This record gives sequence, structure tokens and C-alpha cells, in this order.
Amino acid sequence: QGLLRRSVSHSFLSFTSISEARQAIQKLTRVRVVDNSALGNTPYHRPPKCIHVYNKTGVGKVGDKILLAIKGEKKKALIVGHKMPGPTMTPRFDSNNVVLIEDNGNPIGTRIKTPIPYILRQREGEFSKVLAIARNFV
Amino acid sequence: CRASSDGKPAKFQPPAKPVIVDKQKQRVERRFLSPEFIPPRGRTDPLKYYMERKDMIQRRKVFNIPEFYVGSVLAVTTADPYANNKSNRFVGICIQRGGKGLGATFVLRNVIEGQGVEICYELYSPRIQAIEVLKLEKRLDDNLMYLRDALPEYSTFDMNMKPESHLDHEEIPVNKLQVRMKPKPWSKRWERPKYNIKGIKFELPESKMKEAQKWSQPWLEFDMLREYDTSKIEEQIWKEVNEELKK
Repeated sequence: QGLLRRSVSHSFLSFTSISEARQAIQKLTRVRVVDNSALGNTPYHRPPKCIHVYNKTGVGKVGDKILLAIKGEKKKALIVGHKMPGPTMTPRFDSNNVVLIEDNGNPIGTRIKTPIPYILRQREGEFSKVLAIARNFV
Repeated sequence: CRASSDGKPAKFQPPAKPVIVDKQKQRVERRFLSPEFIPPRGRTDPLKYYMERKDMIQRRKVFNIPEFYVGSVLAVTTADPYANNKSNRFVGICIQRGGKGLGATFVLRNVIEGQGVEICYELYSPRIQAIEVLKLEKRLDDNLMYLRDALPEYSTFDMNMKPESHLDHEEIPVNKLQVRMKPKPWSKRWERPKYNIKGIKFELPESKMKEAQKWSQPWLEFDMLREYDTSKIEEQIWKEVNEELKK
């Protein structure tokens, strides 16, 4: 799955390198869904992309909710890790990780194998159900 | 006992005294001064660095910061209000040591469940409860940022790794591992001479390697304005730090 972003299969891209700017998640960023939901794991010819960030600034960090476009549908998601370095002592992941979520905050999947940062525990009230299905913490 | 030629008993010759060679004292003591003690080149008042060094030594008296290099595997336990048991343990390979003075940082990298995680810790932060060196070794480069573009097997370390013992007086082993990379594109063009990386096994064609040499700047090593000789400064700081630590 990590090699997806390296494939240059589109004909309209004439250059060989896709620059990977390590910024946080904003509109049109390709993200990686980490839970075991069917929507996130079935392959599709387009990667899931962010189309809106529910934030005053359009930039999403860990713990922000975003709108994803997956398989032709709109779904809300929660950011659990990004490639941009954050404050010291917080982990920086090698891919932009996201967990699919309903409007009321219930996660769609049943298990999250990838490590989740402990910072999310701060907002235990909103994310308690997502934290309950998470297995590893960093 | 030899029979003398004269027939008289030979004079008693005592055996030669054994020469005791204390091999432990003979070995040259390995000096290690942490790189954040060395002040950067600039025009600031050395008093500022002296005061910072005093604070750094104060912290080191209370909390032991072991000797480690880029490429050694460390386990760090930090105090985290949101973790269970309030403390959080992370094991990883040190890929970079940056910053000078109290803001010195080091970045640990590990691959957990297929996901690469890097955490930048501050050496002198009061949140750090313990730093253990699980494997003390050096690598061919000072900066292992290329591990992000290398195959994940080179960055995976078991979270419950046992510490490997290291003898005090021996030299630190240099791991001459040549790392294999994922297919290009990489986050940085590591084959270029600017990064001067020796720890990658480049499997690129010769033409690409030659093209990368176009960006070499051979005049840089002869540039006298860029020279920063730290040997004398290191001697001074070494003496100062050792005196303070003994108090």
C-alpha cells in the first residue's frame, strides 16, 4: 500500500518524481485508511483523498476531522498521524493515517493495528470509541 | 643449578623481578564529549554557552545521559499524562542528533506493525525518565535520514530488545552495513555528493551515478572560511565538564 504513491501510471504525469512535501493534511491530500473497514480496504483505482478539513485553517493535524472521498462516496474521518513533524516528543509517522468515522463519532471499522499517538487520549470524550478499538499506542 | 668451573659453589643469582604491566591502565582512556557541548561558530558571548553548560551539567548530575552515537539503538521512557501508567517507552535507532546546548535533540526511528514512526526527543527535557542504550555502535554516516527510503527491515527493532553489554575500554564498533533502498523516487537524492553517504548500496546504473557527480563541489573542502577547528575548544570544555561533574 505504501508503494501506491510511487506508481506513475497516469498518462498526464510526464515527470517521474512525485514530490512528497511533508505538510499536514489539507484538501486533495492522499491519505491512508488504517482501520479494517470494508470501505477503507477494498482496492479502487483512485486513492482516498481529503476534500474538506473541519478546522478554522484548512490544515488538519492529529485529532482533526476531515471529509474524505473514497470509492465515489463522501465519508468523515479522523486524522491519527501525519508525515509533518509536530511538537517534540510526539511521533511522526511515515504516512498520513486516517480512521473512518460516522457523523456522530462512531468508527466504522472494528480494529486499528497501526500505532496511534497518546495525544488523542487528551480528548477522551470525543474519541473514546476510536481509542477503544485501537491496539497499539506510541 | 650449574656446576661451577672452579669447583666452588656459584654465587646465588636471584631470578629477575617480574615486571607487572597493568594492561587496563595502559589502554588509552576513551574520551567522549557529547556533541551538544561544543558551541556553534558565531559571535555570541561565550558566557552564554558557559551558563548553559552549567545547567546541562546540573541536569546530568541528577539524571544519567549515557554515551551514544547516531546508529545506536536506544530505549527512552518518558512521562506522559495520557499514557497508562503515566509513562511511555519507545525503542528505536538514533538517526540524527541535532541542536546545541539545552535544546539538544535526537530522533529515534522504528517500524511498528509496518508503520514507520519517528520521535524527536529533547535530551535535557524533564519529561524523560530514563534513557538506556540497548546497542552501542556507530555507522558509516552522521545522519541516517536515508533509512526512511530504505527497506523497512533496516529500521525494525523489537520493542522488548535485550540490552547488549559493551566493555568500557574497547572501541565503539562501527557497523559497516550497506543499506538497500526502495525503488526511486526518494525523499532526497541521496546519491548526490552533497550528502556524502557511504552507508547505502546504490544499485543505480553507472550513468545515473556519473550524472549525480555533476553536482559535486570539490572546492568546498579547501574553503578556509568554512573551517571550524574544535580540538582546542573541546579540550577546554572537557576539562571544565569533568571538574564540574566530580564536585
